[in-house]
Amino acid sequence: MAGVMMKQIRYPFTEEAVRELRAGETVQVCGRIFTGRDRLHKHLAEGGACPVSLRDGALYHCGPVVVPQGEGWRVVAAGPTTSVREEPYMAEIIARHGVRVIIGKGGMGAATQQACKRYGCVYLQAVGGAAALLAQRIRSVEGVHFLDPFGATEALWELEVEGFETVVGIDAHGRDLFDEVRASSGAVLRRLLKDKLGFRS
Amino acid sequence: MNWTETLAELIRRTTSDLPADVEAALQTAAAAEPAQSQAAVMLQALVANTALARQQSTPLCQDTGTLTFFWRVPRAADTHALEASAREAVALATQKGWLRRNTIETLSGRSADANVAEGCPACHFEQVAHGDVRPPAQTRPFGALEGECPHEPFEVWLVQKGGGSENMSRQFSLPDDALGAGRDLDGVHACILQAVWQAQGFGCAPGILGVCVGSDRAEGFLVAKRQLLRPLGDAAPDPELAALERRALRDANALGIGPMGLGGKTTLLGVKIAARPRLPASYFVTVAYMCWACRRRGVRVTGGGAEWLG
Repeated sequence: MAGVMMKQIRYPFTEEAVRELRAGETVQVCGRIFTGRDRLHKHLAEGGACPVSLRDGALYHCGPVVVPQGEGWRVVAAGPTTSVREEPYMAEIIARHGVRVIIGKGGMGAATQQACKRYGCVYLQAVGGAAALLAQRIRSVEGVHFLDPFGATEALWELEVEGFETVVGIDAHGRDLFDEVRASSGAVLRRLLKDKLGFRS
Repeated sequence: MNWTETLAELIRRTTSDLPADVEAALQTAAAAEPAQSQAAVMLQALVANTALARQQSTPLCQDTGTLTFFWRVPRAADTHALEASAREAVALATQKGWLRRNTIETLSGRSADANVAEGCPACHFEQVAHGDVRPPAQTRPFGALEGECPHEPFEVWLVQKGGGSENMSRQFSLPDDALGAGRDLDGVHACILQAVWQAQGFGCAPGILGVCVGSDRAEGFLVAKRQLLRPLGDAAPDPELAALERRALRDANALGIGPMGLGGKTTLLGVKIAARPRLPASYFVTVAYMCWACRRRGVRVTGGGAEWLG
C-alpha cells in the first residue's frame, strides 16, 4: 500500500499502542501473530486450553495454504477469512485471553465492538483475497498447534510477519467503519427501492 | 503431459491466474477511485496480488474454493472416466500446493486431505451435438497429451468459488412483502440490490453476480452459478435482461459499499442474469455472489492437444 502514510505496531502489542489507532487508518503489523478460525474460536470460548499465550497478541482469522519445506513449513497463500463467523466467541476470547489485535475481513458484531472498547483491542481489516501478497509479508512459520485434530487449515499457526498491511476497521473507541458503511448504503438502498418500485403505492 | 496432468494444469491456471477481463476490470476500478483513498489502495493491492500469484503459480486466494467442473462432451463420452480423472487431478493439484486442504467431512469434522470425497469435486455434464465442440481434424489417439484421455473432442470449464462469497449467495421467493418486491423485473432488481446490501464486504467485494430468474430452488442456484462463466463484457441475449444487468450494476455501485465493505464506488464488477421457466406458483430469484477472485478457466481438447480457454 505504497503512497499512504502508515503506522506500525509490533508484537507484543500494548494497550497504549492499540488505543492510539483510529478507524480508517492504515497500519502495518510486525512480529508474531497467531492464526485461528472456526474450530479454534469454539475451542477457546468453551474454555479449552490455548497452547500459546494470546495476551497482547494478534489473532488472525485465516486458514493458510502451507507446504512442507525442509524441517518446517512455508506459507504460500494467507488472506483473511470472514470474521463475523467468530462473533459468538470473540468477545469472550478478548476478555479471557487478553487479545489486543484481531485481523480479518468484513468486520464483526456489536459484542466484539464493545469488547474492543472495554479491553483495548482493535479489529484490523486485511485485504480479502490478497493471499499471495499477504503471504509475502510472512517471514517465517515459528510453530503450529492443533494440526491434529483441526487439520492444516484450521490449525493455530505461529507466524512472524513484517509490514503486514491492514486498515483499522473497528477501533478501541467505539468507532466501526463497517457499521457506518452498512448504514449509509442502507439509506441509499431504501431510496432506490422506493424510487424504482412503487409496489405498495 | 498426460490427461490427469492436463486437468491439474487447468487447476493451476484457474487457481493462480485471474481471467484477463476480471483483472482489467479491477485495474479500471482502481483508477476510478480517488487517488490515495482506501478503496483505491485496496483495489491496487488486488491488482498486485493478481500479478504476484500468476508469476509464482500460487493460489490467488487461500480459499481455493469449491471446485465445479462444467463439461461439454460428445454423446459417446464415458462420464465416469472423466469424473475419475477430475478426482485424480484434484488430488495431484492439492499435493502440489495449488489447492488448500479445503474439504471437511461434515459429520466427523475431519479433513479429506486430498480434497476428494463424495461429490467433490462437483462435475456437471452437458452432452452436445458433435458440431458444437470443434471436432479434431482427424480422429486419433490423444496426440500431444500422450493418450489416456477417454474421449475427445470436448471442453471443460472449472469454477473455483470461495466460501466467503458462497455464504453471501441468496435466494428470494417473489412476491417479497418485506422487500416490497413483486413478480416482475423491478422486483428482481430489488432482490439483487438487497443481496448486495446484505453481502456488504463479507463476500470480498467488489463481487460479480450470477442471477437466475425463475426455475426451481435447486436448479436456480446451478443456473445462477453457470452465469459466472460469462465474460464480464458480454450482455444477456434478451434485451430486457441486458437492460436489467446494466441497471443492477449501476445501482449496486451507487450503494457505496466499496471494496471489502469499507466504502467506495466499486461494489460490483458485473451482473449476469438468465431467465428460466417456472411453475405458476413459484417465482424465484437466485443470486450467486462471486468474490473479485472470479476463478474460471477452461480447456478444449481435440486430436491435436489442449487449447486453453478463458
